[in-house]
Amino acid sequence: MNSIKRVILFGATSAIAEQTARQLVAQGASLYCIGRNPDKLTALIDDLKIRAGDTQCIDGSVADLTDTQQHDRLIDLAEHRLGGIDGVLIAHGTLPDQRACQADFSLTRQEIETNALSVISLLTLLANRLEQQQYGVIAVISSVAGDRGRQSNYVYGAAKGMVSIFLQGLRNRLAKANVNVVTIKPGFVDTPMTAELKKGGPLWAKPEKIAQGIITAMQNGKSEVYLPWFWWGIMLVIKYIPETIFKRMSL
Amino acid sequence: MSTPHSWNRLPRVTADATHTLTQRTASIPDDLPRPLLAHGNGRSYGDVCLTEQGTLVLTRGLDRFIGFDPLRGVLRCEAGVTLAEILALVVPRGWFLPCTPGTRLATVGGAIANDVHGKNHHAVGSFGHHIRALELWRSDGTILECRPEDNNGWFAATVGGLGLTGLIRWAELQLMPIQNPWMWVESQRFTNLDEFWSLNRYAEAHWPYTVAWIDCLAQGKAQGRGILLAGQHAAAQTELPQFKERSKRIPATPPFSLVNGFSLRAFNTLYYRQPVKPQGALTHYVPYFYPLDAIQHWNRIYGRRGFYQYQCVIPPREAEAATAALLETIARLGEGSFLAVLKTFGRKPSLGMLSFPRPGTTLALDFPNRGDKTRHLFEELDAIVREAGGALYPGKDARMPASLFQSGYPQWETFKKFIDPGFSSRFWQRVTS
Repeated sequence: MNSIKRVILFGATSAIAEQTARQLVAQGASLYCIGRNPDKLTALIDDLKIRAGDTQCIDGSVADLTDTQQHDRLIDLAEHRLGGIDGVLIAHGTLPDQRACQADFSLTRQEIETNALSVISLLTLLANRLEQQQYGVIAVISSVAGDRGRQSNYVYGAAKGMVSIFLQGLRNRLAKANVNVVTIKPGFVDTPMTAELKKGGPLWAKPEKIAQGIITAMQNGKSEVYLPWFWWGIMLVIKYIPETIFKRMSL
Repeated sequence: MSTPHSWNRLPRVTADATHTLTQRTASIPDDLPRPLLAHGNGRSYGDVCLTEQGTLVLTRGLDRFIGFDPLRGVLRCEAGVTLAEILALVVPRGWFLPCTPGTRLATVGGAIANDVHGKNHHAVGSFGHHIRALELWRSDGTILECRPEDNNGWFAATVGGLGLTGLIRWAELQLMPIQNPWMWVESQRFTNLDEFWSLNRYAEAHWPYTVAWIDCLAQGKAQGRGILLAGQHAAAQTELPQFKERSKRIPATPPFSLVNGFSLRAFNTLYYRQPVKPQGALTHYVPYFYPLDAIQHWNRIYGRRGFYQYQCVIPPREAEAATAALLETIARLGEGSFLAVLKTFGRKPSLGMLSFPRPGTTLALDFPNRGDKTRHLFEELDAIVREAGGALYPGKDARMPASLFQSGYPQWETFKKFIDPGFSSRFWQRVTS
């Protein structure tokens, strides 16, 4: 059981991260929140401060995480403010316009930079710190989309797939250092990121639910979790459809 | 998610588009179809929160606290915060909402737009009386900060303004101090309306909270029998009881209403016969203020056709005669309501131009939608209300005729000047056409 009292949130203003932050605060944690949009970040931090008890530290800073040069300094700042790092949640990301990416490689590159490379830069720095301190948990929001490439969003899928495989290796390495690496694979979540999609039905989950699953997975030091759990079954089926059949399907 | 509807699931109308707000400083894109209308947590009844054209702007994503002064009890929050979320934050710190309706699942924006009231209206007025400031976004891009002391009309138009003056983005509330989360409640049975009036007069003078439940199926000598609940926030106690919140849910919508002649009669009789506690007892604030919130989706018991609420206010002079006439009509037509709620409003004038609370007696009922039969009942009830110079509550209405609205809300024409030209609702189109 990991005690997660001091947590850094990257992409803190995303709907899933914000719900996670509220639940962590309710459990007494101190948080350092990093987000790109200054208005949203201020609103988030003000809200969390009101919810938090007097001894909890709630702080954060504005940063564009595609600027990987800043990562080391940001982590320093967070660690200093929190007085240590017990847990990290990397939650930033964008949902690419697949058609636009098909037409323009520069967009594809941009999406891979945001959704994969910036995450890998953070992971590289955090892994070294936590490995040294010999405890902690790193959770990253990947996606079920990273389990198999599909025509409808394979740019996003490829980026998330890269993150998932990177995390597998990292987990293997850090297991020896008592550091847990958790890959979170949410299914369909009702958030502003998915505003353009048609929603409704049993496959769509609320961000509060996903946040609960993330915290439990971090506390229990899980490896890969599908949220809600039934996506494990759905993806099992999707992963094992033979490629010769899969290529003719429109998923 | 699924199409937003109001709590009584009537009328079933769909806007051209929906737009989810998650950031209070973000403006609403120009390319969304107009008119706009804010929709919070869908706890009003009828069509004040619905539109058939344009865009329904969903505000539940505006759910952040902005500032809290735990010494003075001043809370500023975004308009999509629910009353339940406020209570969860402030009750452990010794504060309470000075005015709360019968559900804590309404949003702050909705509570302002309908200028909701509670069991303590006679002591503290309505929700608008406790708002220190609010921010209004107008569709031309202007942002107004409105306070009750301003005399430019914007505050008076927006409180009780049914969401038509623009989008309320945040509000600042004055809370009231409490000692603990418990209430001291005395309940008393009364055998008819006359007994209610005399009990109620005494209770009102001595208690901050009063409300009565009436068995609206009882006729003759027993007409208007019921139970009066008087309450106040509990004083400091050396030991408090345990309270564990339990909630049940209605899992699905049955094809027909489970509320019918048999279940109504049985329920009303049982309710009337419940043991009362004239000597008083401690009750936790949750079951005291929000008994129905414990049953999630309770609106489903009325089946697919939904139900109507009917809430009127009758001026003091006519109150006794008109209340008797209303109950008689309901009993005569064999329609009945699960729980009929009777309460007297105090004399504190409401701040809103279209506020419902005003001196007099208010009776609230709900009826399963039985089509023409139910509409016919309403026409008879309307006649009594109109004759007595009363009014119906827009926040609980899906059918009142335009003439009844206009006679009950004489300031509606002054109010028109404050309507945002980019906003409208199905209710407004219905009562002003």
